[in-house]
Amino acid sequence: MKALIETIVRPLVDHPDDVNVTEEENDYKIRYHLTVHENDVGKVIGKNGRIAKAIRTVVYAAGSDSNKKIYLDIM
Amino acid sequence: MRQVTATGQTVEEAIQSALEKLETTKERVEVDIIDEGKKGVFGLFGSKPAIVKVSLLADKSKEGEEYLRQIAEKMGIEVDLNVIKNDKEIQYELSGDKIAMLIGKRGQTLNALQYLTQLVVNKNIDRYKTVIVDAEGYRGRRNDTLKQLADRLAQKAVRIQKEVLLEPMPSYERKVIHTALQNYQKVSTYSDGVEPNRRVVIKPE
Repeated sequence: MKALIETIVRPLVDHPDDVNVTEEENDYKIRYHLTVHENDVGKVIGKNGRIAKAIRTVVYAAGSDSNKKIYLDIM
Repeated sequence: MRQVTATGQTVEEAIQSALEKLETTKERVEVDIIDEGKKGVFGLFGSKPAIVKVSLLADKSKEGEEYLRQIAEKMGIEVDLNVIKNDKEIQYELSGDKIAMLIGKRGQTLNALQYLTQLVVNKNIDRYKTVIVDAEGYRGRRNDTLKQLADRLAQKAVRIQKEVLLEPMPSYERKVIHTALQNYQKVSTYSDGVEPNRRVVIKPE
């Protein structure tokens, strides 16, 4: 899943090496934290959060067959 | 991106010489004319060569293809990808076993993938290209559903003599509804609200 998030985000930004995903898991949910270079923040959020929403839609679709709830935080 | 500047007696000749240097064809480059050149008197006095800047276009459709392929792979879905492209539009057709996962409820995952691919394809280029991502003919089937819905709701609007609101849809789905009812004299249509909650309203005349 971490690899999926990185695959989605890297081509969108100008500093792909600064894309970082960390993972925090407990019994019923997995929370992913995405951080990018400070100049790329707009590129992963977008106008009215449109890009962030699209990223989450794809990530949540991929997580739909796991039985844990998945969250994606974008910093 | 590779580019060269070339000169010649005419613009055509300058472009030709640039293409030879880049070892490519006219379809795969973007041409900027810097100077049209001047013939001069008797081709002797005051003549100026034509100058052009020719840039090799990266094959952006390949980038989109690779992007979609990678995402599908990381989602654990095997897909076949078919690419159809022209000047303004690149269409990716996905097919495979677990394709439903890539479409999602009312196509929301497919729309998200289409939006992201559009961003990747149009990153750092001047000439905007429309990107369409389709899976197992989903968009065609969806269009048929939308047209039927438009017909049904237009009749309802006429019957009850009140405006009928549709649910929020992305722009190209709204366009299908507007187009479907364009020639239907008894109603008019418009869109209301702010993206992403913009929706079609059917109004009886």
